[in-house]
Amino acid sequence: MKRLLGLILVTVTAWSWGQNTLEVCSTCTFTSLKEAIAIAQPYDKILVKGGSFAEGNIVVDKPLTLEGIDNPILDGKGEVEILTITADNVTIRGFTLQNAGISHTADQAAIKTLEVEKCLIENNTLLDNFFAIYLGKTSHCQVLNNIVRAHATAEAFSGNAVHLWDCADILVKDNFLTGQRDGVYLEFVKDSLIENNISEKNLRYGLHFMYSNNNIFRNNQFLANGAGVAVMYSKNIEMTQNHFEENWGSAIYGLLLKEINDSVLYNNIFHDNSVGIYVDGANRTDISFNDFSHNGYALRILSSSMGVTIDHNNFYGNSFDVTTNANRSYNAFFENYWESYQGYDLDHNGFGDVPYRPVRLFALTVENYPQTMILMRSPLEQFMDYAERILPIFTPKAIEDDRPLMRRVVW
Amino acid sequence: MILSHNQASLQSTKKRRSTVKSALKVMKYGFFDLLRSRWIIIYTLFYLVVTSGLLYFGGDANQAVLSTLNLVLLVVPLISLVLGLSYFYYTRDFIELILTQPIGRSSVFLGHFAGLALPLVAAFLLGSGLPFLLAGVRQGADWRVIASLMVAGTLVSLIFSALAFWIGLVNEERVKALGLALAVWLGLTMIYDGLLLLFSILMQAYPIERSLIILSLFNPIDLSRILVLLQLDTAALMGYTGAVFQRFFGSYLGILISLGSLILWTALPIYFGLRSFKKKNF
Repeated sequence: MKRLLGLILVTVTAWSWGQNTLEVCSTCTFTSLKEAIAIAQPYDKILVKGGSFAEGNIVVDKPLTLEGIDNPILDGKGEVEILTITADNVTIRGFTLQNAGISHTADQAAIKTLEVEKCLIENNTLLDNFFAIYLGKTSHCQVLNNIVRAHATAEAFSGNAVHLWDCADILVKDNFLTGQRDGVYLEFVKDSLIENNISEKNLRYGLHFMYSNNNIFRNNQFLANGAGVAVMYSKNIEMTQNHFEENWGSAIYGLLLKEINDSVLYNNIFHDNSVGIYVDGANRTDISFNDFSHNGYALRILSSSMGVTIDHNNFYGNSFDVTTNANRSYNAFFENYWESYQGYDLDHNGFGDVPYRPVRLFALTVENYPQTMILMRSPLEQFMDYAERILPIFTPKAIEDDRPLMRRVVW
Repeated sequence: MILSHNQASLQSTKKRRSTVKSALKVMKYGFFDLLRSRWIIIYTLFYLVVTSGLLYFGGDANQAVLSTLNLVLLVVPLISLVLGLSYFYYTRDFIELILTQPIGRSSVFLGHFAGLALPLVAAFLLGSGLPFLLAGVRQGADWRVIASLMVAGTLVSLIFSALAFWIGLVNEERVKALGLALAVWLGLTMIYDGLLLLFSILMQAYPIERSLIILSLFNPIDLSRILVLLQLDTAALMGYTGAVFQRFFGSYLGILISLGSLILWTALPIYFGLRSFKKKNF
């Protein structure tokens, strides 16, 4: 053990000897960040001590550590991209980057990496940028503990807070993302982990990904985003412990699943959305141990889905629990807790003795004749649902939970 | 000439004052009479028990609101009608006696109506409002939902006790009146909505949202339901149709129109009741 520690010590000191520290501030050797980068040797450290820098586009083309002390500001003046990273092993830490310029021909960002391996972007504050953090063709990069804040009003004039394009092995963790177009955007990204982020009040999606396989989304909060969360054309996705809340509006979903295959959704909370999950073409996907509460529609599952299992979820306080557009269903519902279940459990095994059909006749009526929405919560609705319970002829038999739980699932 | 005019106006003010005064006196009698009959107490207790039970066992305050809404839409009109009618027939002798006294007929009628309607409203507010105040807020119920529920319940109580009086006045036979009252109840709670449903299905190809809004103005139960619904199911009302409804009923003009319509629903039966009460040969 001692020998091992000694070995580590020797390696670390040897490595840090090779590293010079260059200081940048109004009274330091360097007064310009660009100058410092030009002089610096690979693996040097550049310390920026306070101040405000508007040096146009700054290209980091060698492995460097850029560290801000006393919150130095890098300003794009609404015109340029601020930091462009083209070298591997770059660290950007502790800066405030603001006003990266809006462009309709280039995706100008506050921090952009291009064809980079290994980078670390942490503890930065990014204010009112077009794109905030943009990783292109990058791998093994970490984006940690950044605050991204913007005040976008139109989608065309706003980029994404964290934008990943053609990346692999990325970690996006502990970031706060608000006011951009999309909170987290992934396209052609694989083997990445998006964890502990808060993405709220973005113009379009809180999280948006396409063609991105084998990714994990864990413990994120997606609140009150313009169009909720949309995930499309991907497989092997793991979404656990996320919160989807307050996504309101027509065609706005807590979570939209479009062509998602072989994925799992565990322990997520869907609260107060117009639609909790809208499933359009998911296959072999598990939706288990989730909480659906006070949504307009908790789960809307279209006939284009197959082999989806919905089990051990809690459904309560929703206007409609489940709706569908077809009479047949190739998905399995079992052992969920349904608040509106009115059956009994004579043998006290915790499961209701009468199967529960979550698609109610009134929901089906509203589906086909949207205007009948005006009769919601009326005695007639109750009467229709009661009649359907006694004589089930209209609601699809295939959507049936034959072991409904008597008590809420606790997880 | 001017003097006599002034005198006349003074007299009419005096008369109006005495009308209100005697109406209040009649109301007082009616109020205590109703209290003595114990029905109103049972009614209050019923609400207390049911609402507290819903809050206690339901677990979720909004779920309790929903069940109470059903109560407001079904039970409140029924009880108001039946209790109103039986109260009316029960106190007929008293009314005839009072009419021998030098009191105007409108003060007798209005006092009598207030003597019924106010305890009914008070019973509802106390019985279901109190548990919500005590437990609902703690359980995280939205105060707007509760407020809209209370307003709806109050107006429905007023409307249906006014209807009960009117029905009682124009029908000498108790059974016939009760039958009519039940028909009105069933018509407004179920059959009207059934017709709306049929209408929506038949006219599905047309943009009938506006017509549905107008049609719902003609049914106080639908209106009260929509008032609560707008606070409760906001998330579900986000589709195109829901948005149309929400835009109307959620706007100030819409709220004004629907409240106005509900108040008209209260005022009209009172007015017609008063008219036939004035003409009626006891």
